[in-house]
Amino acid sequence: MTDEDTGFEIHVNEQRFDTRPRPGQCLRTYLRERGWFGVKKGCDAGDCGACTVHVDGEPVHSCLYPAVRAGGRAVTTVEGLSRDGELHPVQQKFLDAQGFQCGFCTAGFLMTSAALDEDQLADLPRALKGNLCRCTGYRAIEDALRGVKHVEAPDAGAEVGRNLPAPAGPKVVTGTARYTFDIDVPGLLHMKLLRSPHAHARITAIDTTAALRVPGVHAVFTHHDAPDRLYSTARHEHPEEDPDDTRLLDDTVRYVGQRVAAVVADSEAAAEEGCRRIEVVYEVLPAVLDPEEAMRPGAPVVHRKDAGVARIARPMNNVVGEVHGEIGDVAAGFAAADVVYEETFRTQRVQHASLETHGAVAWFEQGDDGEERLTVRSSTQTPFLTRRALCALFGLPEERVRVVAGRVGGGFGGKQEMLVEDIVAFAVLRLRRPVKLEYTRAEQFYGATTRHPFLITVRLGARRDGVLTAMQLRVVSNTGAYGNHGPAVMFHACGESLSVYRCPYKKADGFAVYTHTVPAGAFRGYGLGQVTFAMESALDELARRIGIDPLVLRQKNIIGPDEPMVTPGGEEEDLHIASYGLDQCLDIVRTARAEPAAEAPAGWLVGEGAALAMIATGPPGGHIADARVTLRADGTYDLAVGTAEFGNGTTTVHSQIAAGELRTTSDRITIRQSDTDVVRHDTGAFASTGVVVAGKASLRACQALAASILDFAAGQLGVAPGTCVLTGEAVTAPGGRRLPLKELHAAARAAGRELAADGHFGGTPRSVAFNAQWFRVAVDPGSGEIRILRSVHAADAGKVMNPMQCRGQVEGGVAQALGATLFENVRLDDTGRVTTVAFRQYRLPAYADVPRTEVHFMETADAIGPLGAKSMSESPFNPVAPALANAIRDATGLRFTELPLSRDRIWLALDQRTRTEEPRSGA
Amino acid sequence: MDLNTVVEVCDGRDRVPWRAGDAWLGGGTYLFSEPQPHLRRLRDLSRMGWEPLRRLPDGSLEIAATCTIARLSRYGKELEAVAAPLVEQCCRAFLASFKIWNMATVGGNLCNALPAGPMISLTAALDGRCTLLAQDGSVRSVSVAEFVTGPGTKVLAEGELLRAVTLSPRALGSRTAFRQASLYGLGRSGALVIGAVDPVDASFAVTITAATVRPFRLRFPDVPGPEALRAAIGAAVEDRDWYDDIHGLPAWRRHMAFRLAEEIRAELAGDGGRFASGGAR
Repeated sequence: MTDEDTGFEIHVNEQRFDTRPRPGQCLRTYLRERGWFGVKKGCDAGDCGACTVHVDGEPVHSCLYPAVRAGGRAVTTVEGLSRDGELHPVQQKFLDAQGFQCGFCTAGFLMTSAALDEDQLADLPRALKGNLCRCTGYRAIEDALRGVKHVEAPDAGAEVGRNLPAPAGPKVVTGTARYTFDIDVPGLLHMKLLRSPHAHARITAIDTTAALRVPGVHAVFTHHDAPDRLYSTARHEHPEEDPDDTRLLDDTVRYVGQRVAAVVADSEAAAEEGCRRIEVVYEVLPAVLDPEEAMRPGAPVVHRKDAGVARIARPMNNVVGEVHGEIGDVAAGFAAADVVYEETFRTQRVQHASLETHGAVAWFEQGDDGEERLTVRSSTQTPFLTRRALCALFGLPEERVRVVAGRVGGGFGGKQEMLVEDIVAFAVLRLRRPVKLEYTRAEQFYGATTRHPFLITVRLGARRDGVLTAMQLRVVSNTGAYGNHGPAVMFHACGESLSVYRCPYKKADGFAVYTHTVPAGAFRGYGLGQVTFAMESALDELARRIGIDPLVLRQKNIIGPDEPMVTPGGEEEDLHIASYGLDQCLDIVRTARAEPAAEAPAGWLVGEGAALAMIATGPPGGHIADARVTLRADGTYDLAVGTAEFGNGTTTVHSQIAAGELRTTSDRITIRQSDTDVVRHDTGAFASTGVVVAGKASLRACQALAASILDFAAGQLGVAPGTCVLTGEAVTAPGGRRLPLKELHAAARAAGRELAADGHFGGTPRSVAFNAQWFRVAVDPGSGEIRILRSVHAADAGKVMNPMQCRGQVEGGVAQALGATLFENVRLDDTGRVTTVAFRQYRLPAYADVPRTEVHFMETADAIGPLGAKSMSESPFNPVAPALANAIRDATGLRFTELPLSRDRIWLALDQRTRTEEPRSGA
Repeated sequence: MDLNTVVEVCDGRDRVPWRAGDAWLGGGTYLFSEPQPHLRRLRDLSRMGWEPLRRLPDGSLEIAATCTIARLSRYGKELEAVAAPLVEQCCRAFLASFKIWNMATVGGNLCNALPAGPMISLTAALDGRCTLLAQDGSVRSVSVAEFVTGPGTKVLAEGELLRAVTLSPRALGSRTAFRQASLYGLGRSGALVIGAVDPVDASFAVTITAATVRPFRLRFPDVPGPEALRAAIGAAVEDRDWYDDIHGLPAWRRHMAFRLAEEIRAELAGDGGRFASGGAR
């Protein structure tokens, strides 16, 4: 008897379904196809737990569960966790502690947590090993499970600086927050991409006949269909920051994984089959994988393009961008040094690993003018810039294209790219049907972008007293096969890493280099973290060579609050130290270091180390944000902002800013966001601008609205302007007179007036934020295991708008950086193929891997940022790797110059030393 | 993930001929975790009706291939046998969480034949024997250590099915010691070493898994000294047998295997091990 002979029945959240699953279908997609969008796809391979559901009460990963086996069983998803409108206790706890950021993993954590027994709750590292969170660093999740409450109640007019909960919280914990793919689009077609098996090849023939014969396949697109226009996947306010080197579908492939063709079909299955049936003839060409080799004469050329047209610095040398700068005569600086230290450092490829993959759904809809327009719903940090790029690529006017982001399941810079919207929009324009492309987790590794791998040579000179005499950098970044973000990342890398130190002579030579490998792109820290690893490691080593405390050496050389920030290129004129907390950051480290140390296991080597980092609170060249706030008929406010929410918490902060200016509570502010329809323009949620740039636009809009409300109310009440006061629900005037906002709205409407105001900020001038990280570690010389005994982070975020959220950003940054420091590594084989294509091959920090970090905020208030705030999204990442490497140096006596610092490498280095040297006495 | 090339799921009991594109479906936790474009039909073992755990008349423990890890874990906690703690230690050596244990099977772990497969470690260390059913109905038996031949490879012929693993009462009576090393906290094993002292003749066996491309089970007439143990491992495991993948450099795995083996030796010999169990000899 086979399944076909019996009826199929399944109960999901007490609803009955009898549609038989497809034979090879997993329960995850069966549930999502029935509308249970709370069941998320993080990895689709059983590693991340985002799809956890209960089957007959037992928690399972629904992506691995054969759907046919669920027949006759009862399934509970996150949508079924609450009963009769009452949240399950674990849902309430996640709200109380705000145990989430982007929230994409939350359903999985809730469904897992709800199934834990007492023994498991007592051993969370083990109980939660099947759930990954990329945003929080797990402290907030632990607090949720332990019943710690962080969120505070609203308080009219005093919302800034309080732990207000994220507005989306109730939706996140009930599985009803709508991420990119959590929508039902009638008539949707599915796209799959055929990708290159070669690192470098010319497509000499491509035959789609067999693919087109696959039942359900609607179209196959190849380079024959693609426009000739070249562009960059990178999104910047000024497109000329990136080279135009990318074609929608190219006749040359430059990395293993580059898209070759797109198949659109009724189902993903048919589209996949279509991809398998495409016959491609490749003329395989020589490839170069290493950036130093790529710069040598005679190396294979990645882009044989016109330098001026494509904006590639030296195409024939594979140099897409370069920087050469010198302040003073560095040679003289080194001549004046008592000690010179030089070392070369390497950082590896790291993937963003946002739990929501890249993808977009697009369709035609009727605009307000009755005309059809293209609507693209995408997992993006830059809806406005993506619209601009789509319009440029396809020759469409902006009013004919709308780009909107739902709630975005994590970004980390990876979604400051147009990786899918172009091809999806192309298919919709061709087919006039809705089309979806959703990356697999494997595609995230070989078909998206990574952090730029860097090779950094640092040369430092200092006098015997520790004062720097010269600083020199040579930086080679591997931008992969396409130059998206390549030049900009390299420029940024050589900026604040040097300008935070006072030194008369500075020099940098940087090269962003093409290779035939998966492209690198924007990543949290934007190059700064890589060079900070090298610079802060080198300073630590320099101090040891001189024989002074590394912290003292830094103290002697950091810039003060009134000093210029000088890079080898000079000063950036719109960058200011509008608040200075660096000295306080170092004080935190000093204090932590002086406190008694925790016990380490016998025989382990113990050490401590620190590093600091500075970052500009926005990108150079402007970053635009518009906001519009409107009084609504019910007396609440509508705030429209362009910036996207992907777990960074900016939505909460915007509502707090608005509530503060409008003297109300944040629950009376409704935010509409990340939609090209809601405001005129927004450069996007990147470069740590969600609060400091977009927030400033919101602040200005709300200030303007508050003024016009008071002005209008004064007229209505017949009192002098300036005597009225705005309160939560009304305007009050002397003598106890009171005009409710609802009535004010009605009066304005009657007068033909809308009470609304716009705010704008161009992102300049900019300030700087500071961070310092300190670790005490123990290293087991017998295994290479590193145990972090204590982790302390000092963050100068200016005025902290929401301490709970800001702490989460810092903890999440530290955790992500620990992954990149300890084990994350996108590996390529010698043909350029990515070999780590799943989370069980590319280890993300799990609950058990992340120590609790003590987060301290500095007492500063910024003169530029909104209400004194500074950004704190990228920067916590940057000092972590060097702080850990310095602590390991202190413990072991070995300077590790290459990331990641995995146990096997640590042990190997220790073992090699014992083989070649006399054993060190003492530790 | 969806296995979109699969067009049929048939009951594992159906006596339909084996054909290319067939695969036995145990818990599904491996099959559904990677693309399997070569598969057309899954032969579902969930209705085989095999008793997950059964004591045979001679006292042996028969673990059905379809026994889930969760079931085995629960059984191990109640099992009255000297070696019982090893069951939970090996279950916990899974990279996968307890949620996967609810679906993953002992047979699936063996048939995946990965160096880090902890059910391989468990059953190889206890000298388990695999019962294999061929398509022609014939039955054969091989030791677990022979069943796995390399990373991902095993002795199964096309269509042949692992029915059960059997552990003898004597093996279950062994005193055991367990050590695991990983590059990560609670991560995939880079080295997993188990020692067992036979309850009858006090012979000692050390089984090295995860560090090596296949299980190595070395027997000694009694607990050897450190040098003898090192020499035996060095002689048995050749350089190319130390596994090289992203979960640990071969040199580190080799070092950890030697180190863990020595810790185990010391523990079971009672000569300075942390859990010296005096009185056994």
